Amino acid sequence: MQVLENSASFQYFLPEMILGLTLLVVLILDLNEELSKSRLIAPWTAAVGIILYVAVSLMMRVQLPAAITFHGMMANDSFTDFFRVFSGASALLAVFLSVQSKELQDVKVEYWILLLGITLGMPVLAGANNLLMIYLAMEMVSILSYIVVGYLRKSRQSSEAALKYVLYGATASGIMIYGLSIIFGVAGSLDVLEIQKFLINNPVGTGRIALFVGLLMTLAGFGYKISAVPFHMWAPDVYQGAPTPVTAFLSVGPKAAGFAILLRFTYTALAQFNVDTQVFTPLKYLDITGLMAVLAVLTMTVGNFLAIQQTNTKRFLAYSSIAHAGYMLIAAATLSTLALQGVLFYLVAYFIMNMGAFAVTIMVINATGSEELSSFKGLAKRSGGGALIAMLMAVFMFSLVGLPPTFGFVGKFYLFMSVIKAKLYWLAVIGVINSVVSLYYYLRVVKYMYFDEAEDEKSLGLKGFAFPGVVTSLGLVTLILGIYWEPIAVFVQESANMILK
Amino acid sequence: MDMPILSITAFAPLLGMLIIGLIPKAKENLIRWTALIATFPSLLGAVKIFMDFDRSSAAIQFQEGPFNWIPAFNIQYYFGLDGLSVTMVILTALISTICILASWKVTKQIKGYFALFLLLETGMMGTFMALDFFLFFVFWEIMLLPMYFLIGIWGGARREYAAIKFFLYTMFGSVLMMLVMVALYLNIGTFNMVAMQDQALIMSEFSHWARTLCWLGLFVGFAVKVPVFPFHTWLPDAHVEAPTAISVILAGVLLKMGTYGILRFNFQIFPDITVEMAKWLAVLGVINIVYGALCAMAQRDFKKLIAYSSVSHMGFVLLGMASFTSEGLNGAVLQMFNHGTITAQLFLIVGILYDRAHHREINGFGGMSSIMPRYAVWTTIAFFAAIGLPGLSGFISEALIFLGSFQQWPLLTTVAVSSVVLSAAYMLWTLQRVYLGKINEKYKDFPDISAREAFCLFPLALIVLVLGVYPKPILNMMMTSLDNINQVLGQHGAPLLTTFLNK
Repeated sequence: MQVLENSASFQYFLPEMILGLTLLVVLILDLNEELSKSRLIAPWTAAVGIILYVAVSLMMRVQLPAAITFHGMMANDSFTDFFRVFSGASALLAVFLSVQSKELQDVKVEYWILLLGITLGMPVLAGANNLLMIYLAMEMVSILSYIVVGYLRKSRQSSEAALKYVLYGATASGIMIYGLSIIFGVAGSLDVLEIQKFLINNPVGTGRIALFVGLLMTLAGFGYKISAVPFHMWAPDVYQGAPTPVTAFLSVGPKAAGFAILLRFTYTALAQFNVDTQVFTPLKYLDITGLMAVLAVLTMTVGNFLAIQQTNTKRFLAYSSIAHAGYMLIAAATLSTLALQGVLFYLVAYFIMNMGAFAVTIMVINATGSEELSSFKGLAKRSGGGALIAMLMAVFMFSLVGLPPTFGFVGKFYLFMSVIKAKLYWLAVIGVINSVVSLYYYLRVVKYMYFDEAEDEKSLGLKGFAFPGVVTSLGLVTLILGIYWEPIAVFVQESANMILK
Repeated sequence: MDMPILSITAFAPLLGMLIIGLIPKAKENLIRWTALIATFPSLLGAVKIFMDFDRSSAAIQFQEGPFNWIPAFNIQYYFGLDGLSVTMVILTALISTICILASWKVTKQIKGYFALFLLLETGMMGTFMALDFFLFFVFWEIMLLPMYFLIGIWGGARREYAAIKFFLYTMFGSVLMMLVMVALYLNIGTFNMVAMQDQALIMSEFSHWARTLCWLGLFVGFAVKVPVFPFHTWLPDAHVEAPTAISVILAGVLLKMGTYGILRFNFQIFPDITVEMAKWLAVLGVINIVYGALCAMAQRDFKKLIAYSSVSHMGFVLLGMASFTSEGLNGAVLQMFNHGTITAQLFLIVGILYDRAHHREINGFGGMSSIMPRYAVWTTIAFFAAIGLPGLSGFISEALIFLGSFQQWPLLTTVAVSSVVLSAAYMLWTLQRVYLGKINEKYKDFPDISAREAFCLFPLALIVLVLGVYPKPILNMMMTSLDNINQVLGQHGAPLLTTFLNK
């Protein structure tokens, strides 16, 4: 594989440069007194920049061959491109939701800059090919996230969430960098591919215990990002305290970036890929499959069982998102091409249905001012758009359960397929039983909306076309892709190509 | 190209649902009529299928596809009928139309009710027609959603509990089914259910242990639906809480999906394991028969009694299936059809009473036959059919099942036959308490059965009477295919016995 030097690498970094430029433009716009008065100019500029970013990424995907850039710092392959598109799309929706949410009515320009910054960090994390790069990108995403979580300065909850997030985050990244340094110490290189080479040429297992400890610590860092149990403690509080659009974004974007680096690290550094047979072989004396399987089971089970008793919508969605990380982990644990596709596919599905669920939550919070699940009661019967948004929420809930004909079902189908293919039947059975458990609490929302009487008969007062229109299209996409998902299947197939092949 | 009869039959209700979605909420009669008319294409399709079905062939008929749907996974759109599914499709079409009529007096959120009902019909049709496992699974699950809402919104006092219980139980079964589906696909490379029956492939790709595991996974998935003891506890709740028409659908069609699934998947994809497990199938069948009957006898709620009688009657199907005789298997599938028509009547009859009295306490009535004489006639036909009185359709199928299963499982069958007495007991006792005896003064002004109500019961009663003396039109549709299934089982060691039944 060709390793490009800096000057040749810049063309690969064009999309990120566009995003960086957008960030600067937004900053400069704010200096003009006239323009800074307009509330919408900054988000619009950000949105245009993000769209441009996604468009250029998609173009580059076709035109430029995969390469390792910046002297081995970054891997620019279709896997990275996938996360460019993914980050862009989730940021775009986050910008939209932020504009629509009443919580964020008087945000200043720095909010959009922070969002753009996180968006910039995510694909870099997905493409990081060097331990230092991994750490830097991770911190870029994390530190900016701390600030947006605490963005509502006047809200105690928001500040508390930010503080918790910082404390957990700092600890996790401290542990991770310690782990990375151990790996560096044993393997003698920061380059992920060099580490793999070291492991392949080290069949006797020199320094295996140190390596294992280092790996565990690194996984703690990744686990924190994807909110895997037992590194999940921050998630419910942060999800609850953060402004809802930010929560929506955190639950999808940075989580996906966490999965990206987890996959890249485990699938390149810790496994060997045979191009002819298309099989990943985990490297000896590091039982990464077992480790991730245990994490997966814990994550699913804890997420699902704790979600049952939640009464706050955002906390509820936090536990649900922990459970979904668990589903993706069971596939990731199997180290196979199919699992790689499965996780990417599930991320797309999860992105759409989770964003949809959060969007409806924002609508309900806008209308009722309450974040309690009970504010969903009787939603279907309330005037002012109740019937529509209840139906949409039901679609998203069923999709999160994984019932056909929704996109979420297809996602689960992919995940379980890779688990069965790896012959980890016990893992598959635990997984499906977990999804039966999840049915119970997702149905509770449906029950509130359709079976219960509203506590408050007031009209929801849903106005305009933009917000309901976007959420309706998310619902339609959930259904349409649940019936015909061939385009996504092909896209994911192409994207599951890491540079090693 | 021929007219895609099956697709029209399956998707016409879905189209009706979309049209209903466009009608304003206030136009209630328009919604009702649209719903009724939307079931007509399916009904006509069923009539055409009944006329054109080639009874001498065991092949897949009215085939549509396989067309590529998701090429990346070799998932296909593939519809077709054989002798096993054809009667079920006819039953579904008939019951659905009747149920729309029976729902005429629903007043709560009519638009939602009929829209969901039509979605349910499409789900049921698709389940019986699909010959691609993935497609089958999608339809199987699609059915759950409207069912959940129909019980949960329009049901009785404990509707929410019943709805979620139904959903959780079925979901538990179907996720296991999904795992087996995935395992089958990964090893065989197709979802095509006909291709999956290739035993050479199954034998070479699956070890005996894996086949047993897959068989069990599928079995649990279907057993929940039948429902086989001990997975049956959702049924009394769901049946009792559901509104009348939905109870009819539940008992009339949904339960058959379980036994249909066992015959379609367990029997045909893993015949050798089926042969090994037959003993347990028969035992579970007998438990269902006797336990269901005993529970029915203990009920004080009229509807719950009928619900438990369904558990008992579905046990006959299991027993017949496990007998490996032509009589047993044909009796089983005929029983599926007959039970559909008979229980549908029973639930309608309870519904009629409930609409007037607003309770279902068996002991709270009395002398209803003097108050509503015409209603009592309809009731008597249905009750005697349920008991299995000769001359009515229930007798034919139960007799066939006993004939078949006695040769294979004499002891178990002897135990099962006792339920004939039990079912006579609980049915006649109910008849006595509700319809005979002293007139309950409270109810003496009840109007007799209305034309609409009678019109719902009429086709079902007619079928019961006709099939009771001349079962051939239905029986000969299934016979060729079912004998084929038995032949395959025979090749895998099932002790096939000589048969008295001939075409």
